[in-house]
Amino acid sequence: MTATLETQAPRRRRLGRLSESRNGLGFLFMLPAAIFLLFFLTYPLGLGVWLGFTDTKIGRPGIFVGLENYQWLFDDPVFWLAVFNTIFYTAFASIAKFALGLWLALLLNRHLPFKNFFRAIILLPWVVPTVLSAMAFWWIFDSQFSIISWTLMQLGIINQPINFLGDPWNARWSVIAANIWRGIPFVAISLLAGLQTIPQSLNEAAAIDGATSWQRFTKVTLPLLTPIIAVVMTFSVLFTFTDFQLIYVLTRGGPVNATHLMATLSFQRAIPGGQLGEGAAIAVAMIPFLLAAILFSFFGLQRRRWQQGND
Amino acid sequence: MAQTEDHAVGLDQYESLARRILTVWLPLFVFVFVLLFPFYWMAITAVKPDNQLTDYANHSPFWVVGPTLEHMRYLLFETTYPRWMWNTIIVSVASTTISLVASVFAAYAIERLRFKGSRITGLMIFLAYLVPPSILFIPLAFIVFQVGIFDSRLALILTYPTFLIPFCTWLLMGYFRSIPYELEESALVDGASRWQILTKIVLPLAVPGLISAGIFAFTLSWNEFIYALTFISSSENKTVPVGVLTELVRGDIYEWGALMSGALLGSLPVVILYSFFVDYYVSSMTGAVKE
Repeated sequence: MTATLETQAPRRRRLGRLSESRNGLGFLFMLPAAIFLLFFLTYPLGLGVWLGFTDTKIGRPGIFVGLENYQWLFDDPVFWLAVFNTIFYTAFASIAKFALGLWLALLLNRHLPFKNFFRAIILLPWVVPTVLSAMAFWWIFDSQFSIISWTLMQLGIINQPINFLGDPWNARWSVIAANIWRGIPFVAISLLAGLQTIPQSLNEAAAIDGATSWQRFTKVTLPLLTPIIAVVMTFSVLFTFTDFQLIYVLTRGGPVNATHLMATLSFQRAIPGGQLGEGAAIAVAMIPFLLAAILFSFFGLQRRRWQQGND
Repeated sequence: MAQTEDHAVGLDQYESLARRILTVWLPLFVFVFVLLFPFYWMAITAVKPDNQLTDYANHSPFWVVGPTLEHMRYLLFETTYPRWMWNTIIVSVASTTISLVASVFAAYAIERLRFKGSRITGLMIFLAYLVPPSILFIPLAFIVFQVGIFDSRLALILTYPTFLIPFCTWLLMGYFRSIPYELEESALVDGASRWQILTKIVLPLAVPGLISAGIFAFTLSWNEFIYALTFISSSENKTVPVGVLTELVRGDIYEWGALMSGALLGSLPVVILYSFFVDYYVSSMTGAVKE
C-alpha cells in the first residue's frame, strides 16, 4: 500500500502541476483531438502533396519525379475536361441551390400552419445517405424505364424515352439536377435560421414607409442576410466542388468522361488505375480552388463581425 | 383566423387568400413534391413484384398492386446485407464516441481554459473542417495500408474522426460559449477542480449540444462513402452504402427491387433517428454555419 503510493507520487505530482497551469491543462485536453488530427489529417495532407511529386503506384513505392505528374496532366485533355466539368457543375448547381434554397427559406419564413412539419420533411434529402438517394435517381434516370420519360410520354410531350445518363449534355444536366435536389435543404434551412433573426418590425416599418414587397426584400432582408449567405454558399461551393458520391453512383464519370469531376478522376486514376502519384496530383490541383473558397468565407465572417459591431 | 394567433403574423394578414395560395402554397407544394418524390419512388419500387416493375403498360407505375416483401427477404437472407448493416452500426457508433470524447475536451480547452494559442487552435479546427475527404483519401489509403489496418473496420473507425472531430469541436465550442462564466467561477471559488467543473457543471448544461453533435456525427459517419469505398475490399467488411452499390449491381442486370430495398433499409436508421431529434439536427446544422 505504502509502496504503491510512493511510486505514484512523483507522477501524480507532475500531472498535478500540469493540470494546475492553464496552458498545461489546455495541452492535456487538446491532446486526443490533436493526435487524431495531426496523424490522420495534417500528415495525410502533406503526404498527398508529396505523393503528387512521385510516381508511386499501388504496391510499389515511388521516387521523386518533380513536376512530371503535373506536366503530364497539363497535356492531358481528360484532366482539362474534368476541370471544366467541375467548374461547370459547381457554378450551375451552386447558383440554382442558392436561388431555390433562398426561395424555399422565404416561403418557410412566412406564418404557416404545420411550419415545423414542413421544415422537418424538407431536410430529409440531406439526412438520407447520398449514395442511397443517388441510387433512387439512378433508377429515375434509367434509359428505358425512367418515370420522368414515361410521364412526359403519357402527356404527349416527347415520343421516346430521354437518354438521361447516356448523352454527354443530358448526363451533365442530370447530375446537376440530382446535386441541386440534394443541396437545397441545407441552403434553405441555414438561410431560414438567418431569416428568423431578422426582426419583423423592420419589415413592418419599411411597409409603413411605403416599400413594396420587392423593395422590402432587396433593401431590408437581403442586406441583413448577406453575411450568412456568404458563409452558407462557401460551404455549398466547397462541398459541390469536391463532390464524389453522386457522380460515382450515377455515371462513374461517363459517358466518354463527360461528367468526370476532379474528385472522381482522381479516384479513378489512383485506386482502380493504381497510379497513386497521378491521382494525388489531381487532388492537389483542387486545393487552389478550395483556398479561394475559404478566403471568401473568411472575409464573409469578418464582415459579419464588423456589422455586429463587436469583437 | 390570422388575428387569433400569435403576433408573429406580420404583414401576411394583409394578403388576399388567392394571392397567398399562388405565391406561398403552390410553390411550397411543388418543392415538397420534388424533394420527396425520389423517396416515394424508392419505397414503391422496393415493394413492387418483379413483373410490375417495368411493365408500365399494364400497371400504373405510381402505384403497386399486391406489394411484396420478396426483395427484402432476398436482401436479408441471401446477401451479406445484414453484415454490412452491422459494420455500419459498429463503425458509426465507435467513431462517433471517439470524436465526441476528443471534441468535448478540445472544445472546453479552447473555449474556457483559454490556454496560450487557443484562438489559433480554434481557427485551425475550423480550417480542418473545411478539408474535404476527396483530397485526403489517397494519402490516407497509403497510411492505412502501411499501418496494416487496410480492409478492416478499424481503418474506418480511425479515419472518420478526421471530419467528425473538427465538426463536433466547432459545434461544442458554440455551446460552451453560451454557458455563463459565473457558474464556473463560483465553482472554482468553492474549490472545485477543472475536472469537476467539466463533469458536474459544464457537461450537464451542454447536454443538448452533446446530443446535437452526437446524432449529427452518427449521421455523417453512416453516410460516409469515399473512405469506405477506398479502404475496404472484402464484401464482409463493407458498409451499407458501399455494399449496396458494389455488390448488388451485377453486370447489366439491375435488380431494381433489391437495390431500392437496400437503399430504403439503409436510410431507415438515420431517418428514424432524425425524426426523433429534428430540432437538434436543425440546430447543429445552422450552428455549424453561424458560429
